[in-house]
Amino acid sequence: MALLEIRDLHVGVENRGIIRGVHLNVNAGELHAIMGPNGSGKSTLSHVIAGKPGYEITGGQVLFRGENLLRMEPNERAAKGVFLAFQYPVDIPGVTTTNFLRAALNAQRKARGQQEFSTPEFLKRVREVAGSLNIPQDMLKRGVNVGFSGGEKKRNEILQMALFEPSLCLLDEIDSGLDIDALRTVASGINALRSPERAMIVITHYRRLLDHIVPDIVHVMSRGRIRKSGGKELALELEACGYAQFEDAA
Amino acid sequence: MPNLKTRPDGLRESPMKQVLAKADAERATGDVFAAARGRLPGVGLVAQIRARAFDVYKRAGLPHRRMEDWKYTDLRALIGEVLPLAPRPDAEALVRAKVSAKQVAADQAVKLVLVNGIFAPELSDIGRVENGVVVRSLREVLEDSATGAMAGLVLSTTSDSAISLNAAMATDGLVITVNDGNAVKRPIQIVHVATGSSVSTYTRSYLQLGKEAHAAIVESFVPAEGASGYQANDAMIALVGDEASLSYIRVAAAASDAVNISSAIIAVGARAKLDLFSMTCSGSISRYQGFITLTGEGTKLSANGVNLVRDKLHADTTIVVDHAVPHCTSREKFRAVIDDCGRSVFQGRIVVRPAARKTDATLTSRALLLSDQAEADNKPELEILADDVVCSHGATSGALDDTLLFYLRARGLSEKDAQMLLIKAFIGEAIEGITSENLRDFVTVETERWLQARR
Ligand SMILES: Nc1ncnc2c1ncn2[C@@H]1O[C@H](COP(=O)(O)OP(=O)(O)OP(=O)(O)O)[C@@H](O)[C@H]1O
Ligand SMILES: [Mg+2]
Repeated sequence: MALLEIRDLHVGVENRGIIRGVHLNVNAGELHAIMGPNGSGKSTLSHVIAGKPGYEITGGQVLFRGENLLRMEPNERAAKGVFLAFQYPVDIPGVTTTNFLRAALNAQRKARGQQEFSTPEFLKRVREVAGSLNIPQDMLKRGVNVGFSGGEKKRNEILQMALFEPSLCLLDEIDSGLDIDALRTVASGINALRSPERAMIVITHYRRLLDHIVPDIVHVMSRGRIRKSGGKELALELEACGYAQFEDAA
Repeated sequence: MPNLKTRPDGLRESPMKQVLAKADAERATGDVFAAARGRLPGVGLVAQIRARAFDVYKRAGLPHRRMEDWKYTDLRALIGEVLPLAPRPDAEALVRAKVSAKQVAADQAVKLVLVNGIFAPELSDIGRVENGVVVRSLREVLEDSATGAMAGLVLSTTSDSAISLNAAMATDGLVITVNDGNAVKRPIQIVHVATGSSVSTYTRSYLQLGKEAHAAIVESFVPAEGASGYQANDAMIALVGDEASLSYIRVAAAASDAVNISSAIIAVGARAKLDLFSMTCSGSISRYQGFITLTGEGTKLSANGVNLVRDKLHADTTIVVDHAVPHCTSREKFRAVIDDCGRSVFQGRIVVRPAARKTDATLTSRALLLSDQAEADNKPELEILADDVVCSHGATSGALDDTLLFYLRARGLSEKDAQMLLIKAFIGEAIEGITSENLRDFVTVETERWLQARR
């Protein structure tokens, strides 16, 4: 059984079709890249998998380990191991990063029937993970993403991913706004989390990221559909020729 | 500029009805004063002050919406009449009061308990009052000929008729003086416990903080088991000396069918520091009004507040900060969380007198609406009569941000827990200004109590 199975998914907003028949199978251990022009529906797809309200699912299925994901609350999905690194992480003033991480991690553990972490255990883990991502300790004391630079916000997303240890990671433009060094740090953070039990879907516009985290499969999405899938060399082809060739396919 | 908005004609009551309503109200309150007179402490000068205050009250009547400062909280329409004065609490009432007073006790604090408007030494920590602090009951002060001269000050009034009524009717209260240079270690907590039903209570307290003195005052209002439908009217007069520092934290809860009106008149000297925080958590109709006058240069004021409102409750916080002299700073942060059909009112007026050059004053007021029927009235006002000042105000109201909620839920928090976290953060903006961690925790616990009761 595939870890994630999307069958003929149709999603709309205000009667306008945005996802128009997506099929996708992702197995544990695989890393998929989704590329495609602006507005083609990549973020929408990731939102629907994570459970963001406000979309009309007009057809199809999304199965996670064979379970109907679309019927679950976002927090149930998180507890089951679905993680979305947001294209635009939000600022939450008044909630310190540490408190937020502890509340989230313990909520997930509780939902899975695991013991919650004690404060010292939790702090030890956060410090370790933060250290490996070059995230200074004082950032953890600040409000979630408050006053963080674009790159710091993205690193904070990876910090959460490393802490929560999800089995399906959706990374929506994790490379946007990163300088060369930060891109390397983030990529090595992602690579460190690759494992035979875990799958990743990486949404990106740039081949540069895929030089660091090498995908098993590359998909081209355009106007709400996956138009072509192939190996990592597809990313090179896209860079050379652009998306125009896929507009009228299928 | 004084706010002199005209009212649409459709809202004006007929003159005949007004006269009748007023006459009824007067008769009711007139009876209350006449009936209570024999029980009110103080003779001679004190009795004269009371009679004068009552006359002032009688001319104006209960505050109503045609009084600009009370436009959103029309007591005349909301409560109609003043209930008879509460009897002295009996032994049974004191037992109930003791339980409630204990529930709201702040950590380490020296507790001074007023039950139904009467000081209850047996429930208070009189023996723990620190050296350099003098605590007496209002009754004692007003009845003692040696201190009776203070009456004019202790029973001060303004043009506000609720304060005049309080001066006329105050049965008891606390008179606290802190000697010059004295740093009081433990917070002094005044606990007002209501035990009665369908009665009114009045306390008047007075705080004098000497030069270079430091103190923290906590004032808690709490209903005892079985208390209902009461009307509490309390007032605090505080004088903060030069270079003194005062934290004044107020947390008010009342029975869900009770009225709680409390007023603070505070004058602050030079180079002093005043941190004021007021939170209203329950009560059918609550009004907190603070009038703070900065009378000495170089003083820093922080005046923050929170209204937590649910059901059909009504909470009004009105703060007037009067910059009378140059070089003072005032910071005001007000937050309201409104659920169900609740209504929160915030009025914040900053007055900068002609002499008050180099004033630096800001005010922000934000309301969080948790239901479609929730209502927030926000009236910030600047009355700037001086040049060379920096003043600003901002007011917003809105619902919880869906994007933030989704972010938290996608990280594993249930919808309710995500909401809770965001509401706490919102309230926290007003609480973070409280300098003592101990008192910050005290207030946070109260907000959590309110949040836990959310359905
Ligand atoms: N809530 C919404 N309301 C209306 N339109 C929406 C909404 N969400 C997405 N859309 C539209 O759906 C389309 C797909 O948007 P989406 O964000 O998924 O694109 P994307 O592929 O992630 O683009 P980009 O590469 O720019 O991030 C766009 O045309 C967008 O305007
Ligand atoms: Mg996108």
